Amino acid sequence: MSTTTIPAAGTARADGRSMVEIRELHKSYGDLHVLQGLSLDVAEGEVVCLIGASGSGKSTLLRCINRLETWDAGSIAVNGDLIGYRSSERGGVPVLKELKAREVRKQRAEIGMVFQHFNLFPHLTVMENLVEAPVNVAGVPRREAVATAEQLLAMVGLAEKAKSYPRHLSGGQQQRVAIARALAMKPRLMLFDEPTSALDPELVKEVLHAMKQLAETGMTMVVVTHEMTFAREVAGRVAFVDGGQIVEVGPPEQVLDNPTHPRAQAFLSRLV
Amino acid sequence: MSVSTTEANPPPLEALRHPGRWVAGAAAILLAFVVLESILGNSRLQWDVVGEYLFDEGIMKGLRLTIILTFAVTAVGMLLGTLIATARMSKNPVLAWLAWFYVWVFRSVPLLVQLLLWFNIAYLYPKIEIGLPFLPPLIEGDANKLISATTAAFLGLTLHEAAYAAEIVRGGILSVDPGQTEAGDALGMSRARILRRIVLPQAMRSIVPAAGNLLIGTLKGTAIVSVIAVDELLYAAQFIYNRTFEVVPLLVVATLWYMFMTAVLSVLQYFVERYYGRGATRSTTASPWAQAKAVFLRARGVFTTPTGGKA
Ligand SMILES: Nc1ncnc2c1ncn2[C@@H]1O[C@H](COP(=O)(O)OP(=O)(O)O)[C@@H](O)[C@H]1O
Ligand SMILES: [Mg+2]
Repeated sequence: MSTTTIPAAGTARADGRSMVEIRELHKSYGDLHVLQGLSLDVAEGEVVCLIGASGSGKSTLLRCINRLETWDAGSIAVNGDLIGYRSSERGGVPVLKELKAREVRKQRAEIGMVFQHFNLFPHLTVMENLVEAPVNVAGVPRREAVATAEQLLAMVGLAEKAKSYPRHLSGGQQQRVAIARALAMKPRLMLFDEPTSALDPELVKEVLHAMKQLAETGMTMVVVTHEMTFAREVAGRVAFVDGGQIVEVGPPEQVLDNPTHPRAQAFLSRLV
Repeated sequence: MSVSTTEANPPPLEALRHPGRWVAGAAAILLAFVVLESILGNSRLQWDVVGEYLFDEGIMKGLRLTIILTFAVTAVGMLLGTLIATARMSKNPVLAWLAWFYVWVFRSVPLLVQLLLWFNIAYLYPKIEIGLPFLPPLIEGDANKLISATTAAFLGLTLHEAAYAAEIVRGGILSVDPGQTEAGDALGMSRARILRRIVLPQAMRSIVPAAGNLLIGTLKGTAIVSVIAVDELLYAAQFIYNRTFEVVPLLVVATLWYMFMTAVLSVLQYFVERYYGRGATRSTTASPWAQAKAVFLRARGVFTTPTGGKA
């Protein structure tokens, strides 16, 4: 398998069906054309790391996948369902019609997201953070949601913190709670936007460990990160974002060690 | 490497003394005593008359109306204010603009003018009909009968309060990190649920102190409705002194009640603030009692932790 270059429709691994299909995505903020016809496929169970310079549109791309952002052209499908739109036609011509807010919420509920600054709810205990959405969005009985939350907290090594408030935890612990909170909705896909960038160096490892564990369970993950060791160890593929497109994508050793695109070469040489 | 002390164990710590604080404290107490003495010792205040009317039946009736009016105005005003604040921040430009207009109008018209306008509404609209356009009215009647002095007072105070409450609530909502709404969105929560469950409880931390001020302001603001002959606390006092000419003692009676109610509300505010402050800081805040005790014990050289617990 070779590294795909412009226009990089990321080739999904041959062994899995696509969990995420992004096609020709365009997005502008005013005059700023942030995403310029970006395409990417992520296979079921695959971990894809997005790398690229600050401001290249990695966060924007991630936020489009769960429709926290709207876009101007192109399409995203997760698990075969179009995100934010449904296929229709007008006068015999196919069009995509925007979904209602309620329908978008249902799609978001199946996609987990972890933020750089954790965004835990500070006025709720760890347990309340974890059961809020399962009970009130997914309609899971509280008793069941609490049992799931306890399992997830044990998985991220924070079983005894259920009654704590987020601010009484370290940054690394907070981010692990945030991962558990996203998992509590039983998502099919997890999005991570620089999950370790706000952490002190000694706390990065515990979060990456939790993410690696999660990857080993077969979760499909799209991770924006600068942690090259993590990308090397855990990612199936690494995608380099530049100029609103994915200009290089492939196995980590290929993209990180022998990048072919000049911008990727420049970016990676600066990192070392 | 050990700390360079000659002894094996470092000697006990001695806190810095603050003699200046003791001097300033003593001076302040002395000053307060002089002022209090001159007031309490003034025979012209006729404390016996104050005592006689403090629990007078008319005063009690006025007090009751003041309390009812304060709570009704605050409850409806805060609710209306929250709605106006959300309208102001909505993506619908018509709603946002109307909300801005409301706040502008009711913050610019002086409360006294507004009350007089409501009181004289019959001049503008002799007959009032409430209902949907083109359909028979649900309520109709003579404006003077529908809008009594008390109703006019309630309307005027509430509409005034709502404009200020809207700004307080909006400020509170803006003080919450947008990442909180984003996290709620990402979990699939509805906008209404995010507002109620995530944003407003956090906004409360800045809303409560401002709303506490507003509530106390409203309590005293009710005195202004005495001008349209609403039988609240001040009007009740005036009603009596117009007959007996004991003006100052009856004003003192009303003042004592306002002070008492403000004290009760302040204590209430303290507990509400503590409730909404949970999870907000790393250390749990001690009650004022524990804090005072800690200061006293520290002054006597007993060591306690800064939060008031025993070391
Ligand atoms: N809400 C916004 N309004 C205007 N410009 C934005 C907004 N969000 C992001 N941008 C701009 O879009 C570009 C891409 O941003 P982002 O996706 O956050 O980049 P990255 O995550 O790769 O650093 C940046 O130039 C940023 O300033
Ligand atoms: Mg970013």
